[in-house]
Amino acid sequence: MARKKFLSLTAVAAAAALSLSACSPSATESSEESSSADGSKKGGSGESLTIGIKFDQPGLGFREGSNDPTGFDVEVARFVAKEMGVDEADITWVQTPSANRENALENGEVDMIFATYSITDERKERVAFAGPYFVAGQDLLVRADEEEITGPDSLDGKNLCSVTGSTSAQKIKDEYSQGVNLVEQGGYAECVTYLESGQVDAVTTDDIILAGLAGTEANKGKFKVVGDPFSVERYGVGLNKDNDTCQQINDAIQKMKDEGAWEEALKSNTEGTGYEADDELNSGADAEFESCD
Amino acid sequence: MESLTTLFEQYGSQIPVAFWMNIKLTVLAAIGSFVLGVVLALFRISPVASLRAVGTAYVHLVRNTPLTIIMLIGVLAVWGQLKITFADDFTLNFFIFAVISLSLYHAAFMCEAIRSGVNTVPQGQAEAARAIGLGFLPAARLVILPQALRGAITPIGNTLIALTKNTTVAAAASVAEASVLMKTMIEFRPDVMVAIFMTFAVGFCLIVIPIGLLTTWASDRLAVAR
Repeated sequence: MARKKFLSLTAVAAAAALSLSACSPSATESSEESSSADGSKKGGSGESLTIGIKFDQPGLGFREGSNDPTGFDVEVARFVAKEMGVDEADITWVQTPSANRENALENGEVDMIFATYSITDERKERVAFAGPYFVAGQDLLVRADEEEITGPDSLDGKNLCSVTGSTSAQKIKDEYSQGVNLVEQGGYAECVTYLESGQVDAVTTDDIILAGLAGTEANKGKFKVVGDPFSVERYGVGLNKDNDTCQQINDAIQKMKDEGAWEEALKSNTEGTGYEADDELNSGADAEFESCD
Repeated sequence: MESLTTLFEQYGSQIPVAFWMNIKLTVLAAIGSFVLGVVLALFRISPVASLRAVGTAYVHLVRNTPLTIIMLIGVLAVWGQLKITFADDFTLNFFIFAVISLSLYHAAFMCEAIRSGVNTVPQGQAEAARAIGLGFLPAARLVILPQALRGAITPIGNTLIALTKNTTVAAAASVAEASVLMKTMIEFRPDVMVAIFMTFAVGFCLIVIPIGLLTTWASDRLAVAR
């Protein structure tokens, strides 16, 4: 009897372990790697870094399984890490979904975040920002043969898709086209399938995210970014408030821009989408670095 | 404290609207799933083997499919690819999709709750109904179900509570309900994240606790004492 009970307990434990590891392949991996990262968890000039990125945004932060992550955010992060003296092999990539970014920084889960993280005053209450390393603007993605939609005010009677929990679609309805129909989905991938099947006429969010979506292997040539940004989103590097790396990161970003590596990274990640980063936004006052005090 | 004041200035008027959406979803899906659940329960206790098989198959298939999947099949496949729409108005269209998905899903649980009520009715009742010449449907309508439903109030109440909370899944079908608003608020006001979370937790408690109290009270009063 006692033996039987023990067996069933082990079975339960094994099942639990299995289901846990099945849910988070990246978690197990990062815990293996973090043993080496522990020494420099606080950030700084140590030889390893834990960096938070998105795993589900092609062209910005994208990772399949345990492959090397790709995207513009990732390339900027790699450059900055290199400037801080951290080898690429010593970077631990962690997924930081939008709602989790402040918590991850506050409790030291990650040293820095490169995840389409717009600098806002509300967020500055809890975290610090370096950068911005990119200035995006809200824009529209449409089918490649679309002629009618030229900007946010040509959407009356059209169907528009965006993701749950962002105000970008609502903003178009409130400020530009009152007659637009809104659909909100869990992710941009769903929006893109609707755009392809014809159930929606446009997808809206930051222009570089749209360009990344349009540039994936499966979508190449099907969609285009309208190219008329109508908001300013300054992507910063999220940091813990007690960081001592902010200035270092700003210097690294400046160096990346000066050397031309920044533009190269941007080009290679948005190739074939007809997208060009808005020069006005990215060289004007909006692109000026946050002070690191 | 000041940040809390600005939070409620910003979103305060939207919170009741969002919760009202959950309540509408709950009420309509409760009616839909109850009707379908009764039909399924009749299938499962009927003397016809093929109907029993249909009822059993439905319950097992739907009960073991995650609600999110059902919701996404509705929106991604039926609307997105097959292009079937229920209303010209976009918002109403997605609301209908959400109500249908919630009804289909919870009907399986309603069916089982009602069937558990049927099990509280003694065999003799059915035999007596048949002895006075009632067929299956009249017997079910006049003798079995009235007693069974009274006995099933508590499990039906449990299903209703689950349904209330599951209305948040309607976010997957583009319905602007409470969880969507919570997500928006957290995205833009991370400085008061805990307060936002508590607001919505309390909101759901205010909806769900009365359902529990009501069904317990109704069950005490109405269940057939044996």
